[in-house]
Amino acid sequence: MTSDTTRIASGRGLEPRPPVRDLPPTTGDDGGDPSRSWRYRLSRLDVKFSPYLFIAPFFLIFALAGLFPLLYTAYTSLYEWTLGANDDAEFIGLGNYVELFSDAQFWNALLNTFSIFLLSTVPQVIVAVLLAALLNTALRGRVAWRMGVLLPYVASLVALAIIFSNLFGEQYGLINTLLQAIGVDPVQWQADRFSSHVAIATMVNWRWTGYNALIVLAAMQAIPREVHEAALVDGAGVMRRFFSITLPMLRPTIIFVVVTSTIGGLQIFTEPKLFDPNSGGGGGSDGQYQTVVLYMYQQGFLNQDVGYGSAIAWVLFLIIIVIAGINFLITRRIAGTGEAK
Amino acid sequence: MRHRSSRWVKVLACTAALAATAATTAACGSSDDSGKTADGKIELTLATFNEFGYEDLISEYEAAHSDVKIVHRKTGKSDAHHQNLYTKLAAGSGLSDVEAVEEGHLSKVLARSGQFNDLKEIGPSGLDTNRWVKWKVDSATDKNGHLIGYGTDIGPLAMCYRKDLLEAANLPTDPAAVKDMFSSWDKYFAAGERFTTAGTGKAWFDSGAQIFNAMVNQEEQGYYDKDDKLVVTSNPVIKEDWNQVTSAISKGLSAKLPFGQPEWTTGAKNSAFATKTCPSWMLGVITESAGPENKGKWEVIDAFPEGGGNWGGSFLTVPKQSKHPKEAAELAAWLTAPEQQVKAFSTAGTFPSQVEALSSPELQAMTNEYFNGVKAGELFAKQAQAFDKAQYKGPASGQLQDEVFANALQAVEQGKSSDEGWTQAVENAEKVAK
Repeated sequence: MTSDTTRIASGRGLEPRPPVRDLPPTTGDDGGDPSRSWRYRLSRLDVKFSPYLFIAPFFLIFALAGLFPLLYTAYTSLYEWTLGANDDAEFIGLGNYVELFSDAQFWNALLNTFSIFLLSTVPQVIVAVLLAALLNTALRGRVAWRMGVLLPYVASLVALAIIFSNLFGEQYGLINTLLQAIGVDPVQWQADRFSSHVAIATMVNWRWTGYNALIVLAAMQAIPREVHEAALVDGAGVMRRFFSITLPMLRPTIIFVVVTSTIGGLQIFTEPKLFDPNSGGGGGSDGQYQTVVLYMYQQGFLNQDVGYGSAIAWVLFLIIIVIAGINFLITRRIAGTGEAK
Repeated sequence: MRHRSSRWVKVLACTAALAATAATTAACGSSDDSGKTADGKIELTLATFNEFGYEDLISEYEAAHSDVKIVHRKTGKSDAHHQNLYTKLAAGSGLSDVEAVEEGHLSKVLARSGQFNDLKEIGPSGLDTNRWVKWKVDSATDKNGHLIGYGTDIGPLAMCYRKDLLEAANLPTDPAAVKDMFSSWDKYFAAGERFTTAGTGKAWFDSGAQIFNAMVNQEEQGYYDKDDKLVVTSNPVIKEDWNQVTSAISKGLSAKLPFGQPEWTTGAKNSAFATKTCPSWMLGVITESAGPENKGKWEVIDAFPEGGGNWGGSFLTVPKQSKHPKEAAELAAWLTAPEQQVKAFSTAGTFPSQVEALSSPELQAMTNEYFNGVKAGELFAKQAQAFDKAQYKGPASGQLQDEVFANALQAVEQGKSSDEGWTQAVENAEKVAK
């Protein structure tokens, strides 16, 4: 029972295993010495249950701070429930969900979310990979460059949003002033739906591209030099090596980046919230850039319709799971034919 | 259900407290449970936001009441303060003994008036509510006649205008003529048309919502009737005001700058608009935003279309959660007495809502350099008494004003037609008020 070598040799790598003690052989005199047997049993229990005990705090806190709110939100979504109202909440079953699916404002918010998500995630991941490839070359002052791309991520999101709101101001914003200087009509960054999405996506991309680039860069550096050298010997050019070696071997990382971007992108809240001049949850004068989370916030916390807000939260949760799953499959396919598994 | 939900929240809060550090445990010690400190003093908590100017007053009160210790919880932003208020009202615990409430949130708080003490009942017996201007008391009185808040400060409305821009557009600038121009909304909009057709390239007001809100708040009946039924479509004056404002927008009177945004500040600096609805605190905002280069160009005058109005100001309430409601009410009553509010005015510039304080020499003597040395204290004291009715506000009045109608008017300014904007406003109003 103490020899693990065979397992390691045959298995898929080192699995986390409990510490192994010098235990008496399992066969033989258990009943001989009562104290020894007691200690033996304790040891066994130790080996068996300690690992669970060590990881328990995470799961306890997760159950408290993650799972409970999740389930409680599901419970809340079945009620017509106004926060702090004088009258009691009323059980309406799936009523909130039925209402949600015929709610034009929800579909509008969903469409906005996807539009902003596509405008941010797609360019973001592509630019991040290219940026990582550049950072991976023999640059002068490499560390400074690598630190540099992370700077937008370090800056306060609120400060960024204020600066970008100023840049994208309709009447006095820097971008419109520049556009007018070269004779282009000013863009209605707030009023026009698509323009507002571009403005918000720019904010997101500014912040996250560098961060993702560094993650991809880390993965790039883990690619064994020998593979590249072998390809070089075989006469493969820079592009060929990038598409046939680098990209396929980055696949797990790119999947990670895409999935986290999906989760973040579909939950986008702060940027549109701070982009809104009326600072409520409306997302523009007519919901031009109201996202699903913004709509949830408006319903749950501004209108204090907690039940409806919870229903929105759950639908969004399911949508994110589905989209993240689809993205996972697509990325696996796109990111080429690297070693399977 | 409400009871069950609040119990759940408590369970959650307790578990969270258990998981938290020793600091939390210390804070959950004896003082919170009995509301008393270790040395047997009554501990009163007072929650305010921004600047109420109460710091010195609190020490003064503690010196006079040796058995009371006051803990002052200050929140920087009004939004965060009120969000906390609503959440803890729903949770059923955690509120301070005295909670400040801003005027814009009053309708929401009045809709939950059952969770606040009636200050007429628990407040000091000799207190005469006539010490406040009448409309201030009326606006904090719920349908059952319970007074849930003592008035602290107010924001009486006057008109600010750019003398130089009026001159440039050949509009009269002597005070009597300006007062006449600002005496009714019809005259105000007519002057605005003359101003814009003069071709200075400037707008008459900053944004439609600012004008519309002032108009609606002057009406006998606003967005709700007294049974809390939404009357946006059945109350004809709302649509009339809407038509007037949107027609003004279509004639180019609006600078299309929502108040409180960076664009507004830049607009003020660039002289984008000639007039502004001006509560007392707006003088400071204009001074900051328009900057030194526009000093002396702005004027404020003791006139407002159709009389007057109010924008801003707060109340002190005593939630039923308080363990020492009587002592809390006594503190709130003392803080909102004229003498104390005059002191608060001197430290934090909060314009007092008490009749006696309005005629105090400190207030009457206040002048404003930026606005050509105008006697601002005297002027706004006069405006505070220029109107006497407080419109009844329904549960979502604040949201209807700041989100629904402000957004719809902005949509019109961004190119929607008046009718489309109205449809949007009505749809969203019904949603918010449901």
